[in-house]
Amino acid sequence: MAEITGAQSLIQSLESAGVDTVFGIPGGAILPAYDPMMDSKKLRHILVRHEQGAGHAAEGYAQVTGRVGVCMATSGPGATNLVTPIADAHMDSVPMVAITGQVPSNAIGTDAFQEADIRGITFPITKHNYLVTKADEIPRAIAEAFHLAATGRPGPVLVDISKDALNAKTTFNWPPVMNLPGYHPTTKPNSKRVKEAAERIIAAKKPVLYVGGGVIRSNASKELLQLAELTQIPVVTTLMARGAFPDSHPQHLGMPGMHGSVAAVGSLQQSDLLIALGTRFDDRVTGQLSSFAPEADVIHVDIDPAEIGKNRFAHVPIVGDAKETIIELIAALKDEYKAGRTGNYEAWWANLNRLRTEYPLGYDHPTDGSLSPQFVIERIGAINGPDAIYAAGVGQHQMWAAQFVKYEKPGTWLNSGGLGTMGYAIPAAMGAKVGAPDKTVWAIDGDGCFQMTNQELATCTINNIPIKVGLINNNALGMVRQWQSLFYNNRYSNTDLNSNRVPDFVKLADAYGCHGLRCETREEVDKTIEKAIELNDAPVVIDFVVHKDAMVWPMVAAGMSNSEIKFARDMAPQWMRSDDE
Amino acid sequence: MSRHTLSVLVEDQPGVLARIASLFARRGFNIESLAVGPTEAEGVSRMTIVVNVAESPLEQVTKQLNKLINVLKIVELDNSAAVQRELLLVKVKADSNTRSAILETVALFRAKVVDVATDAITIEATGNHDKIQALLKVLEEYGIKELVQSGMVAIGRGSKAVSDRTLRSN
Repeated sequence: MAEITGAQSLIQSLESAGVDTVFGIPGGAILPAYDPMMDSKKLRHILVRHEQGAGHAAEGYAQVTGRVGVCMATSGPGATNLVTPIADAHMDSVPMVAITGQVPSNAIGTDAFQEADIRGITFPITKHNYLVTKADEIPRAIAEAFHLAATGRPGPVLVDISKDALNAKTTFNWPPVMNLPGYHPTTKPNSKRVKEAAERIIAAKKPVLYVGGGVIRSNASKELLQLAELTQIPVVTTLMARGAFPDSHPQHLGMPGMHGSVAAVGSLQQSDLLIALGTRFDDRVTGQLSSFAPEADVIHVDIDPAEIGKNRFAHVPIVGDAKETIIELIAALKDEYKAGRTGNYEAWWANLNRLRTEYPLGYDHPTDGSLSPQFVIERIGAINGPDAIYAAGVGQHQMWAAQFVKYEKPGTWLNSGGLGTMGYAIPAAMGAKVGAPDKTVWAIDGDGCFQMTNQELATCTINNIPIKVGLINNNALGMVRQWQSLFYNNRYSNTDLNSNRVPDFVKLADAYGCHGLRCETREEVDKTIEKAIELNDAPVVIDFVVHKDAMVWPMVAAGMSNSEIKFARDMAPQWMRSDDE
Repeated sequence: MSRHTLSVLVEDQPGVLARIASLFARRGFNIESLAVGPTEAEGVSRMTIVVNVAESPLEQVTKQLNKLINVLKIVELDNSAAVQRELLLVKVKADSNTRSAILETVALFRAKVVDVATDAITIEATGNHDKIQALLKVLEEYGIKELVQSGMVAIGRGSKAVSDRTLRSN
């Protein structure tokens, strides 16, 4: 067999693993890998401007394609710059493989130039990681990394390869024999438990389908729709699950959690049975755990056994893939129906419909004529429709984008849910656009977030990745400012970004070779969005100058009971009417 | 809170100990005792980890450990159904006045003298946690100059082996 270098083996391994796109930046230790990459006909390498951008781009790419996203960086600072997106992918279960160069193996541990123990650093934020110091081990490490990233509960896997391993001679064999004796994810649910779940669903008076991002990861939206329509049970979709169930569906109560709809939050609080599907009872959903859904028994379906019972006791724990489990649950329910047992949720729906009617999501237009950020985001969603892809940063604009864009399909909403990474939107949108070049991809970003990662607009321009950026510019770190308004007596410590003075976002867009547009009035909003849609020869940045004091409502204050939700400042919903009892 | 003994079979690979130790640390668990060594199967190491936690966090840490790719199997060894041993090496002050009394203690505890100097005796003892503590309490009277203890190792009673199923399935 022909001798090749470890670097060539790496490139062939990536090609064999089905990779077509790599986001990265070369540097000393990874340099050997970049030489054969030049000759690859199958790999498109996109040179980003910061490794963090490569990582989030890989996340965006992964989520729209359903495949493993790949990023690459050199040793030391290149690798440490990947830490944030790796942690992000870990929290949100995004399949990703990060490849980093490492100093030569004889220099490891000597504090060599650009040496960082990236394997040690990423122990807690990867599903698994490798340090490869022998060229012969490269194919197996790559094959295992892709297998681990994509199967079970997806997540990031890092492969750190020493420079001498990249330079050494080796031979290439594919597929290599994988050796993962400790890895056996359970995808098939226990049928006894599924039957028990079906019986409880029939018996419940006030059940809710509490749907999380796992339903999107397991591609189970179609099955979820069947389950919901079969049972007529109300559905709530968490921040990570927006798009898993159509927003237009009459059974959809919206998003639960800190900024969830009153109907969604109220449904969980009053429920007697939570059917939790691929969701992890995150604190942003539960609020104060001890008072979360106090009446409810729990059926918890998750592919990760460690999530079951972690935050909330599960009466019916089901370890399994969401899709496989929903299919079996539908079959078990049909058996129950055949035997003449059905659920009756009419009274439940009457109560929920009242909440939905009395406390819809809403916002006011500012009285001074300035632009409402919610209106801008609502119009972006309405004009672009459910086929576009929306990536958000983190903060107020993210919550409004979760609330006011109407999602109908999985994989159209990308955001940093678990880690809450400001700066996620631009590179994630870039990766999404690469993965789905025929879709319109919007980054809905804030002026704070934008300034953390906007350098990737250069990458977008150079590589012909025409994303649209709806910059919700409120001149401030809006969500932090909102907390300062509510909990710190309007003392705005270090949240004023002075974005009205510096930078000029339109000029900045221009400098990056993007189209820069500005919109300051309600009348211009639709026109400007439509213009942005027409401009496809380069990325577009719209600087929407919006009102500073808009707040995200409803809101459950951190650590408070969900029952204390306010739908506007100091305004609490009335949960029960005397005639509901 | 109570003491639990976990037997963890792991792949013998670099970094495994660090993965496990860091998992305990970041999930907020204290390891009371840890012992690692090879097993009857090549490439498989066994860790005996003693933790002092309540029941529900123990379940959580076990599940988290199971997620580590290099972890093959975890078994909790119930105190009553397992043989538990610690190894102690202790250097005790000993002169002609105290030496015979110390040797008597050594015999009573079925310990061994492994080194003798003019003013000290080094004693080796194995036993469960309580026995080692009892021995130390007696020896303290004479003055302990230095002591070193291993982590606890444990093995289930009866004919079944922890590794039976795991290793066969490979």
